[in-house]
Formats: sequence, C-alpha cells, structure tokens
Amino acid sequence: AESASLNVLSPYKVYKLDDGPPESVEVTRDDGLKFYRQMQTVRRMETAAGNLYKEKIIRGFCHLYSGQEAICVGMEAGLRPTDAIITAYRAHGWTYMRGVSVLGVLAELTGRQSGCAKGKGGSMHMYTDNFYGGNGIVGAQVPLGAGIGFAMKYQGTDNLCVALYGDGAANQGQMFEAYNMAKLWDIPCIFVCENNGFGMGTPVERASASTEYYTRGDYIPGIWVDGMDVLGVREATRWAAEYCRAGKGPLLMECATYRYHGHSMSDPGTSYRTRDEIQEVRQKRDPITGFRERLLTNNLATPEELKKIDVEVRKEVDEAVAKAKTDAELSAPNLYYNIYKQIPEDYKRISRWGGTHESIIIV
Amino acid sequence: MVRDALNMAMDEEMARDDRVYLLGEEVAQYDGAYKVSRGLWKKYGDRRVIDTPITEMGFAGIAVGSAMAGLRPICEFMTFNFSMQAIDHVINSAAKTLYMSAGRVNVPIVFRGPNGAASGVAAQHSQCYAAWYGHCPGLKVLSPFSSEDAKGLLKAAIRDDDPVVFLENELVYGTPFEMSDEALSDEFVIPIGKAKVEREGKHVTLVSHSKSVELCLEAARELEGQGVECEVINLRSIRPMDEETIIKSVMKTHHLITVEGGWPQFGVGAEVCAKVFESAAFNYLDAPIVRVTGADVPMPYAKSLEQRALPQGFNIIESVKRTLNLSPAAAAYRS
Repeated sequence: AESASLNVLSPYKVYKLDDGPPESVEVTRDDGLKFYRQMQTVRRMETAAGNLYKEKIIRGFCHLYSGQEAICVGMEAGLRPTDAIITAYRAHGWTYMRGVSVLGVLAELTGRQSGCAKGKGGSMHMYTDNFYGGNGIVGAQVPLGAGIGFAMKYQGTDNLCVALYGDGAANQGQMFEAYNMAKLWDIPCIFVCENNGFGMGTPVERASASTEYYTRGDYIPGIWVDGMDVLGVREATRWAAEYCRAGKGPLLMECATYRYHGHSMSDPGTSYRTRDEIQEVRQKRDPITGFRERLLTNNLATPEELKKIDVEVRKEVDEAVAKAKTDAELSAPNLYYNIYKQIPEDYKRISRWGGTHESIIIV
Repeated sequence: MVRDALNMAMDEEMARDDRVYLLGEEVAQYDGAYKVSRGLWKKYGDRRVIDTPITEMGFAGIAVGSAMAGLRPICEFMTFNFSMQAIDHVINSAAKTLYMSAGRVNVPIVFRGPNGAASGVAAQHSQCYAAWYGHCPGLKVLSPFSSEDAKGLLKAAIRDDDPVVFLENELVYGTPFEMSDEALSDEFVIPIGKAKVEREGKHVTLVSHSKSVELCLEAARELEGQGVECEVINLRSIRPMDEETIIKSVMKTHHLITVEGGWPQFGVGAEVCAKVFESAAFNYLDAPIVRVTGADVPMPYAKSLEQRALPQGFNIIESVKRTLNLSPAAAAYRS
C-alpha cells in the first residue's frame, strides 16, 4: 500500500489542554521506510560507538541513545529544518537527525578532524545548522533553548525551538526559571522531557516528587506521548509545533522511553534494574521492531525491502567506523584556534610546549 | 558621569543594530536599579528592553541562547555578586561554545553590571570578579575607569563577536569625568586588550583597574610633590591583558606596584606580577614588586573596618616609598 491509517500505540495524556493531537495518524510508505532507515541508522551507529568505546578508541564520556530512537526520528519529522533543537549530553541520535553524517558523529567520538566539531567537542558537544548541541551540563540547555526560541520570535520568524532534557534534569532549578519566563513572554519553545526511567542510576520515583513530567510546567500545558511510537511522536510534535507557531507560548511534552545501555559507558546499567526488565522492553516495546511489524502488517513494506535497508545501513556505518578510526586528529596549533572569533589585536597566547616557554601569535 | 556614558553607549548601539537588546532585573520600567538604563525602555519599548524576574541563572541562560541564535544581548546583572547564580552560563555556555563547536557557534553577549566593593553592604554584596572571570579563556573581561573608558569599551563589547564580561563600579557611576569631542561621537570605540597610560612617570609604575586607578592618580599627585614621578597604567582590559604596555613601563621605571580592590591570592595583581616575571622586564626590576589589594577577608559591614579592608591612598604611597627605598628625608632630598 502507498499509505495507511494507524492508531498511535498509546493514548495521549494532556494537561491543561482542551484537545490533543489526533490518535489516528496517516503514514505513507515513503515516510515509513524513511523512519525505519533513520531509526536503524541511529541504533547501528550507537552500537558501533559502544564497540569503539570498548576498543578504547572513544574516550571519556559516551552516552548512548539506543532505545530512544523513535523520539529524535519522530520529532524531526514533525518539525521544519529551520526550527532549532538543543539537547543534553545524550546527543548522537539528534546530531544525526539534524543532518550530520554518521561519520561526522563517529569521528567526533574518536576525536578526529572529520568529526562535526573536528574532535574539539566529543560525545556531548556536537553542532550543526539549527542544532545547538549537545550540552554537557544537566539542565543548562533548557534556558538556552528558551533563549533560542526567544531569538526566533524577536527576529520575526515563526520558527520555534525544541529544548530536550531527561527525567534527571527535570528537577534542576533552572528548568523552572526557564518555564516561568517562557510563559511570561510567550516564547515559542517546546520543552521535551525524554523520560527513560532513570537519572543515571536513580529511578524516577526516587528523584521526583511527581513523575508526571508533562504536568510539571504548572501553568504551561503539557502532553504525554509514548516515546517508543515514532508515529505518535511525530503527530504530537506536529500538533505542538502548530500550537507554538500560533503564538500560544510554550508547551511541555513528555516522551516515555527506555535506554538499553547504562547511563554512560562506565555504567553496566544492571545494578538498579534487572536484565529481565531490559529484555522485556526489547521484546515488547522496542521502537524499531515494533515499527517494523507495523510496516509489514499494513503492507507498507516487504521483508526484502527492510532487509535491503538493514544491509545499506550496516554498510554506511561500517564505512564510517573505518574512517573514524583512521582519520587524523587536528594538528597541534589548532589547540589554540576558536577561543575567540574576533581575536584582539596583538593578542598573544602563551603555550608551554616540550617544557620550553614559547609565545605564539595566532592569526 | 560614568552612568551617562554607559547609557549613551547602549543607546547608540541599540540605534545602530536591531539585534542588540537589553535584559535584566528592573532595567525597563524602573529605569535600572542604578539608573544606567534610564530612558531606554521608553525609547525602544518592550521588545528591546526587557524586565526579567529575579532569576539570574534563567535569564543569563536565555540571553546566551539568544546570542547563539543571532541576537546581541546585553545581560545586566543588578550587581556582579548575583552573577555567581549564573556563572555556569557565563563560563560553560558562553565562554566555551565557540571552542567546543570548533568555531561554528559564537556567542556575542555582554554581561554587565556593577562590580567590586560597594558601600556599607557587607560581604555578599562587595566583591571583585575581575580575577574570577579573567581566569577563563573564551571570555573577554573589561574594567573601565572613566566615562570615556565606559563609553568606548562598552560599545566595543557590544560590537564584539565574543562573550564580554563588563565590570562597572557603582561607586563611580555618579563621578563626573570630562569627555572629549571624539568620545562624544557615536563612532567612539576603544579597542579591547589595550591599556591606557593615564599619567607618565619615570620612577615607578602603578598598574591598576577600575576605581583603584583613581587612588593611584591621587597618590601620584601627592608623590609628585615629593619628587617621585609615578607612571599610572589603567588596564581597561583584564583579559586579554596588555602585557606590552606594562613591560615597557617597567623597563623604564624599574619598579612596579599593582593596585586593586579585589583579594590578593590569584588576583589581577598576581597575574601582572607573573607576566612581568616571565618577561624581559624581570631583569630590569630594582626591587620586589608590591601588590596593594583588598584585605584577604570577606567584606565587613562596619564603616571603619570596611575602610581597612580596601586599599587606601596611604597604602600606595607607603608602598612606593618602600619600593624606592625612600625614607621621608630621602624623598625630600631627591626633590
């Protein structure tokens, strides 16, 4: 079939809204195949990142997005490219969805010059057009996102900003500072809580007096969405974006999801939950296998087509891995570039290389 | 007055560039807690002069975000003491983003407001942040002294493509300074990173910033009567710091004293000393450098204690005499 009409997997919950997004959604075959490919690419890319980490080629912090793919894919489909996104440290999937290649992500993780920040940012600091990171400070991206939305309104556009944060960040004080001003000033910003159930090793119930994150904007209306349902996320995002563009101010959105890996690579992710729990989510709620089934049962795709996508994705990621491993790091003088955009006249940076004191002037 | 010079700078830059806007507590309808933004809300309206709630971390974050997305915010802290609530956005969000993004995202923002000791407001409201922010790559840190400094440097800060911390001083807002015709022009911009020699002299160099420059000039006038010629350098820019002007002066005078209102340890004076030690000027020093600083204590409330916690004119004069090895008699002989 060329398209199908499907119901979202879980009914939306709304807060301080008279209506919500439609629960019956239309999906074309092309979009279905596209979403499948995008989710598979993010999954495959994260698996590759995990392996590169185990090989000690990726250093430091590395937070994987596996399990949460339907959110970045669904939301991107409900937005315009001119809308802005800012997210937290679990940024790889979003970076890819905003237009950075798999190589751009993986080479950033390996610290090489083909990385989208040329190896200067790493896992938590990736950027591209209308994508402002990748912010490593839990909660900081939320007022920043409100500021980006503020700028869009100030500039007279009808673009908006999506500021994403986790259930852990949802308890930071600056969230509520941002909510307050966003509502006062009708800033076109969608605050999105990606609730994966755990802030590092702490389950939501032990961290939040209310785990109904979509209601925690108090005076800001909210929607709860099943974050494992790419179509539900897309539809809710479209609806929310329309709401913001109409000048009604900010909106909260909670996407209920799950992360398969630990918080970061140093966390096996099994001390605060059982392997059975993870296994059960993989079997019953996985965003990719679930969507795959729906494409097949609704005759939007054949197993062969999906298999072909799987093969292509694997090839793309494998090629990126090979390049990300062998690509060069930036040369030493680059250490001193990009500190200032406008370098003051005669500004000297003092470096100590090889134990000698050497002044160098960067132009 | 310095207050008017700052107001003029913001007014001219807002007229020149629609991307420039002002936000902060009481900046709009109240005309500014210290009246620095007087009249701007009436002239530019709600869109460009914005009262925020008392929520420094939040509005600093919003301001930085808007700068990433192409605006040029002037983010006023009612005083810099409250910038500590927002310091993560000043450093982690504003100063580091250009570097983290390998040059893709710049943050043209000015954080401004009164800095340093005020009068009778005790420990939490009297502190100098020059050393705090001067420590951080990615920031530019300016500390004006006179009206001309205030106007020319604030305009430079607003036009700059990088985040600038602009440290004003409440105690000089009402001080009248002469403004040259050139400084009154709306194209008067002082380059960032250049110090100003406020007074030439050959016996000793006094390096200072902000209100302490005034103390140095007063001390220099007094010492002049005793035959000592002080060269007074107004840093203007804490980061980047104009090493060249300092080094050149020390090579001429062979003596250096630093003067500031902030604390001694890791302070602006400490950095000036280190720069001189590492330079060719080290071999020209005829005596150890002396740092005149605020006392190494939180600011007390009581008037006489507060006075003792800040550098006084006699501290400078005594330091100069000690450095030059001048007894009162020797000083008289020299003249």
